[in-house]
Amino acid sequence: MTSGASNDNAAASAAAPTPQRIGVPREIFPGEKRVATVPDVVTKLTKLGFGVVVETGAGDLADLSDGAYREAGASIAGSATELWSSTDIVFKVRPPTADEVALMHEGQTLIGFVWPAQNPELMQQLAAKRVTVLAIDALPRTLSRAQKMDALTSMAGVSGYRAVVEAANAFGRFFNGQITAAGKVPPAKVFIAGAGVAGLAAIGAAASLGAIVRANDTRAEVADQVVSLGGEFVKVDYEEEGSGGGGYAKVMSEGFQAAQREMYAQQAKECDIIITTALIPGKPAPRLITAEMVRSMKPGSVIVDMAAEQGGNCELTEPGKAVVKHGVTIVGYTDLASRMARQSSTLYGTNLFRLTEELCKTKDGVINVNMQDDAIRGLTVIKDGEVTWPAPPIAAAPKPPAKPAAAMPKAPAHGHGPGEPMSAKSLAIVFGVGALLFALVGLYAPASFLSHFTVFVLACFVGYMVVWNVTPSLHTPLMSVTNAISSIIAIGALIQVAPPLDAAGAADRPNTLILGCAVVALVLTAINMFGGFAVTRRMLAMFRK
Amino acid sequence: MTSSLATMAYIGATILFILSLGGLSNPETARRGNLFGMVGMAIAVLATVLGPRVTAAGIPYIVGALVVGGAIGLTAAKKVQMTQMPELVALMHSLVGLAACLVGFASYVDTSTVFATPAEKAIHEMEIYIGILIGAVTFSGSIIAFGKLSGRIGGKPLLLPARHWLNLIGLLVVIWFGRAFLNAHDIQSGMTPLIVMSVIALLFGIHMVMAIGGADMPVVVSMLNSYSGWAAAATGFMLSNDLLIVVGALVGSSGAILSYIMCRAMNRNFISVIAGGFGGGAPAPKAAAGASAEPQGEVTPVSATETAELLREAKNVIIVPGYGMAVAQAQHTVFEITKLLREKGVNVRFGIHPVAGRMPGHMNVLLAEAKVPYDIVLEMDEINEDFPDTDVTMVIGANDIVNPAAQDDPTSPIAGMPVLEVWKARTSIVMKRSMASGYAGVDNPLFYKDNNRMLFGDAKKMLDEVLVALKS
Repeated sequence: MTSGASNDNAAASAAAPTPQRIGVPREIFPGEKRVATVPDVVTKLTKLGFGVVVETGAGDLADLSDGAYREAGASIAGSATELWSSTDIVFKVRPPTADEVALMHEGQTLIGFVWPAQNPELMQQLAAKRVTVLAIDALPRTLSRAQKMDALTSMAGVSGYRAVVEAANAFGRFFNGQITAAGKVPPAKVFIAGAGVAGLAAIGAAASLGAIVRANDTRAEVADQVVSLGGEFVKVDYEEEGSGGGGYAKVMSEGFQAAQREMYAQQAKECDIIITTALIPGKPAPRLITAEMVRSMKPGSVIVDMAAEQGGNCELTEPGKAVVKHGVTIVGYTDLASRMARQSSTLYGTNLFRLTEELCKTKDGVINVNMQDDAIRGLTVIKDGEVTWPAPPIAAAPKPPAKPAAAMPKAPAHGHGPGEPMSAKSLAIVFGVGALLFALVGLYAPASFLSHFTVFVLACFVGYMVVWNVTPSLHTPLMSVTNAISSIIAIGALIQVAPPLDAAGAADRPNTLILGCAVVALVLTAINMFGGFAVTRRMLAMFRK
Repeated sequence: MTSSLATMAYIGATILFILSLGGLSNPETARRGNLFGMVGMAIAVLATVLGPRVTAAGIPYIVGALVVGGAIGLTAAKKVQMTQMPELVALMHSLVGLAACLVGFASYVDTSTVFATPAEKAIHEMEIYIGILIGAVTFSGSIIAFGKLSGRIGGKPLLLPARHWLNLIGLLVVIWFGRAFLNAHDIQSGMTPLIVMSVIALLFGIHMVMAIGGADMPVVVSMLNSYSGWAAAATGFMLSNDLLIVVGALVGSSGAILSYIMCRAMNRNFISVIAGGFGGGAPAPKAAAGASAEPQGEVTPVSATETAELLREAKNVIIVPGYGMAVAQAQHTVFEITKLLREKGVNVRFGIHPVAGRMPGHMNVLLAEAKVPYDIVLEMDEINEDFPDTDVTMVIGANDIVNPAAQDDPTSPIAGMPVLEVWKARTSIVMKRSMASGYAGVDNPLFYKDNNRMLFGDAKKMLDEVLVALKS
């Protein structure tokens, strides 16, 4: 630890709470090249108010030098001991070893992959140290807000891409079909088992290299995603839905598995490259590719088994190694993400930065592990020495104010405001009033009026029935055509212009006045009549497919 | 032509009018529907002119009036811009209203009509009275609606104090004078109540439409459409003419249904719209908006170039146009962008809210004018489910119809109004001139959402820039 950094802290603490220091140690797991933060992220963390300390050489294997970190505003710690003892928060990639746990001190916060289910012993050690642990692998992935922190997804994406690169490396041919002067080259056929994040990344990568890509997943809903990335979805000829919650698949029935095996056997015969990504949480990886199927593959084919760490999807996989069996290269690397250390470190560092943002909403360089927050509650596996894993399931996606409004009737089917449940009653009222009116009319009106009234009521109903069928996009033409039609009132004016007069009434009829009125009315309705139809015609002519 | 033949011609015309409205159920048959309407009208007019109720002496006047009126009408229809459609329709409604008034007065002073019984005379006079009443309200209301739609009168609702009482008093006075009118012995003494009533009806029409805000205009226009129909029907009763009654009833019920559909689309009570302004809760919007949760957060502005970038990378795009597009006359640029994107294989569709614009179906007409194919223009109910699968939604000059507060905030003045759920798309881009609120006076939480971007500026200008960026 350098003295300069501590002075800075002391100066800042005068006004605000002491900013916390984030430490990033060198990963000591054999073969691990990744690092938990990159210089770009260091700058962002500093802006949030944190001090950042990086162990010397932490980024070397990811091509990130101490100098780059220093330039971004981090201080460099000379040893792991110094780093662990001088920081409040530690970002890691791999779960800490027993030695690393020993370096921790009370009140420290650890953020990284922990795998609490697989590492009960580690959990006990950490709890005994009275620290707080946020396991990035325990993130509730179904929360859309959590996507930006989902390190599993970003790592799986990198691995999927790398799997294709490894396959291409081991495969002795082009991926894309080519017609060259030296002859025709058929495109490689790639089959991808499991269309999760890794599978989809692999589909995209393989398709962009020009291969014919097929993929299968027990979850039928991913078919569209497969197609959208340029793959072809291969269905298992058996009806069963395999979505197991949390974005993972579940174990399928016996009948389904038989049908699935048949499909895989078929694909093994046809395809040059198989990439398997099938994982079921908390269970060994399903055996999809048998030794028999490997034997049926063409010599020179490649299998990349991304589930090697969990036992492998292929019977012949040897975790951590690439082996050749029956003329087929079987790649069982368990460190695909680490093989692209710079890329995966950048993504992982950004995920952790997003998490830090969530933890430090005040932007004052102090984290607050808010257990009321669903995402943070899920991540926190140990809080101040107390094991809080597993987190209770998130109570049905909370949308606090949305519910009452959503419960409102979306479209009251009756014209009497929102009093929806009253509709039977108001219907009765409408009928009652209607009956009363009809009774009054029936009692007092003369016969000649009634015949007109009959016509009127029936016409209202005809109009009602006809107009309901009008499509909403034609509402404007409907209005202009009804407007044109309502100039039928011209008939009224017409018969007043010069009616045949009998002697009785003609005497004192103010002919000129009536004629004047009628002619003016006629001009007005003619404007309406011609204008209305013409403009409707003009509008309708524009509607085209 | 004999009386019976004329009646049969009327029946034929009636059938043609019904077919005409029925034809509008679908754009394919709509053109034929319009033709049916024209033929029906021609038959009706010819049958009347050649029929027994018109003598040869009147023919020159009739031909002259039709030629003058027809010429004016055709010129207007040819010249009008599609964005001015609402004004034109409102203006035409006023003509029908005025014509109904004139025919009513003429009919009243006509002494040649003979009645068998006093009851028939009373009914006839009542019909005149009601016919003129409806005609006058339609006339003055439509004139004001025309003024508001064309911007000659401000869009803000004019709310007189105690306006419901004013309306009620007006109604009582009208009924009182109605009695006086029926009891009048000769035409001279009946004229006074008739004129007083007409003046009150005119004032009522003005008052009614003045009190209605700009966003409620679609309801008003369709309501006036309905009134012009009822005016024709009342005239039909007055003249004992079944054709007028039938056609008036058709138009009247059609307008009433349209108003009802518009009200439902805004989740507003029909009565409260007609009664003026925001019903009883007129000042509520502003107050409630202040009291309810003010949207928190920051708006993220984007440039036209970034918008083009987003559109280019999208697979599914939904464009939601509003009144702002009509004002800026941006529909042609919208179509250019649509065409370009569709050529690139982007699935571009349009989502239309029932009350977008100032008239039912306003947006559809504008898009049709710009040659947007109607099968990619979808109604709210058809498209609302597709927003979650959409990459980019572009909201052009619309506000209240895309306000999530209608669903999320029960205290919002527009709570419960069905809205286009644009915020469910991966990214939404709202084109707006400023951060001002919509007609309902409600702030829009959509603008503050994480996945929303604001493209500030005049819609036409901004879209032109987007188009240029897309082409490059």
